[in-house]
Amino acid sequence: MVNVGVVGLGKMGLSHFSIINAHQDTNVVGLCDSSGYILDILTKYTGVSTYSTLETMLDGTDIDAVVIATPSKYHAPMVRSCLERGIHVFCEKPFCLDPADSIALAQLASDKRLVTQVGYHNRHLATFREVKRLLEAGVLGTVTHVLAEAYGPVVLKPKGGTWRSKKEEGGGALYDYAAHPADVLTWYFGRPESISGTVLGKVFSAETEDEVFTTLNWPGGLSGQLSVSWSDESHRKMTTCISIWGTNGKIVVDRQELRIYLRDAVCAPQGYAKGWTVRYTTELTDKVDFYVRGEEYSAQVDVWLKRIGDSAVRGTADFIDASVTDEVLSTICNNTDGGLRHLDSQAEIVDGQSLSAARTGFWTRLKNRRRNH
Amino acid sequence: MDRLLFGDNQFFGVNHMSEDKARTQAMRFQSLDSIMSVLDAAYDADVTTFMCTTHDRIVDVADRFRAEPQRYSRQVVYPCMPYAHKYANAMTEAGIFGAIRQFLPSEGLLDAAMRGGKSLANKDIEGVITLLIDAEMKMFRGLKTPVIFLQNVVVDFLLGMGFTEAFRIFADHVSSRYNAEPGFITMNMPRLLVALDAVGIENPIVCTSINKLGFRMSGGIDSYLDALHNRRFRAVAMSVFASGAIRADEAIEWVASLPNIESMVFGASSRTNIESTAQLVTKHWSRTPELLRTA
Repeated sequence: MVNVGVVGLGKMGLSHFSIINAHQDTNVVGLCDSSGYILDILTKYTGVSTYSTLETMLDGTDIDAVVIATPSKYHAPMVRSCLERGIHVFCEKPFCLDPADSIALAQLASDKRLVTQVGYHNRHLATFREVKRLLEAGVLGTVTHVLAEAYGPVVLKPKGGTWRSKKEEGGGALYDYAAHPADVLTWYFGRPESISGTVLGKVFSAETEDEVFTTLNWPGGLSGQLSVSWSDESHRKMTTCISIWGTNGKIVVDRQELRIYLRDAVCAPQGYAKGWTVRYTTELTDKVDFYVRGEEYSAQVDVWLKRIGDSAVRGTADFIDASVTDEVLSTICNNTDGGLRHLDSQAEIVDGQSLSAARTGFWTRLKNRRRNH
Repeated sequence: MDRLLFGDNQFFGVNHMSEDKARTQAMRFQSLDSIMSVLDAAYDADVTTFMCTTHDRIVDVADRFRAEPQRYSRQVVYPCMPYAHKYANAMTEAGIFGAIRQFLPSEGLLDAAMRGGKSLANKDIEGVITLLIDAEMKMFRGLKTPVIFLQNVVVDFLLGMGFTEAFRIFADHVSSRYNAEPGFITMNMPRLLVALDAVGIENPIVCTSINKLGFRMSGGIDSYLDALHNRRFRAVAMSVFASGAIRADEAIEWVASLPNIESMVFGASSRTNIESTAQLVTKHWSRTPELLRTA
């Protein structure tokens, strides 16, 4: 049994609470939020102990693992508090607004052998996972270009009073929406080397962007484009679609459907043929024990809990993976003039050490660790 | 409940298998007339119960039903509330309480409750839930709504949290205020039955995925079959075709072979599909269409 606490009881926190509370391998031992109203309701109707601060929850209960789903600006200090106490952490996306925090916390978790994960649920979506498998098998030959799109109807008029409409708190379409397709890109293709041509467009919002358009370049010549809007009413909910072109064909994938065109099927696994193959979520998705709002949300929690049980420190969407996505998001955020930005060009001095030096050291150690395993 | 209920996913761009298909359907059903012509086809095929979400566009459909009481004299509507994406998108923008406030008829109650801070009384949460139900029910005034469903996102969300008292509040309100039976849509049927039992809701109407593939049957197909054989409830099968992944004949034959299934909800976009589904149901459940209506 894993004793879990949940901090931040908004849409995502409550959704995680519901899924984890129903999970057979867990006890939810504490819920934490700054709103007395929501705590009051939850204590009364679910019987779970509630706390108004993270510290009191960590002091007051025997906790193995914490889910953090607060506004993004609180992620870094809260994650640090948990890690320092030896607690495994699941943090909502984006991981940290400042990549220096991301890297330092990934390092800390790695040093303490703690199991971490960030809520990039697309990595647990059956169709997207199948594409990862196909790419690793090299079915497309050399991949030359990728287009990652996400559209949905969040901000449809000029107003908004929550942290999601405040840039400095991690609001805006970049951190809220573009984080997801950007993470799929780093998951599929690793860390890009540069970002350019960024447009952070406003449609309705006063303080944040509603649209994100940018170009990414990876070492070796692969290019990619990100096209995102959370002010698109033609979609009834967030819709993410990735199109990938390679020397041997093309893949178009969304939540429900994987469409692949292959010039030849020599490298393709069973079930794929020359020409078009279409596969659906209905055949690709594994069942979950408890379903709230899409198998991927249950699956990502299952994976994290299983990793905790197995002491599997490295795993998909862990803090190390999420740090790469944070670097990409931060670079896009600082690319408002649209010029070419290398991912390393944001280097600052952190504790007397340059960030890029710290990062290089970290990645090198990480690579060695991977090799040793 | 009729054996065959007509669903509404096809009208609002919901397709669990293909975004393209969903979009094509959303475009096709852009006009109210095109929705009505399909509903008319269902009605004419004696599929006279329309099980629909409380989507904004249903307001216009309900107006049509009211405008021609003769034409739709046998029309029954099973509202399914809430239309979750309306809340989810509003929550992202305005927070939980902001979203609830947007959909409450009057702002007073929630604001007063929130000002009360820690001193929230039992009555307030009941008041908020019942006001939200009333807000969703407004569009159906004057229509026959003998069963009112709570949508699966809400049911399963509350179920996971253990906030099962809300089921009781919902059930009490729809029966006392609307003289209707409460229905619960879920992707976790065996577990929900236990929870409904615990809050004293007996022989509940539960609408859940039941298909040969086991698609969206959480906990596994065996636990569903066990519940159908051994528990007392009124099952409505949905996702019978697993969004088109199973052939219609095969899908219906399998569902008809199971015990304890009272109804099946399906979506279709054409008269031909509606009629062929009705025929398959007749064939496999061995009844005539006339009998179906009163089964």
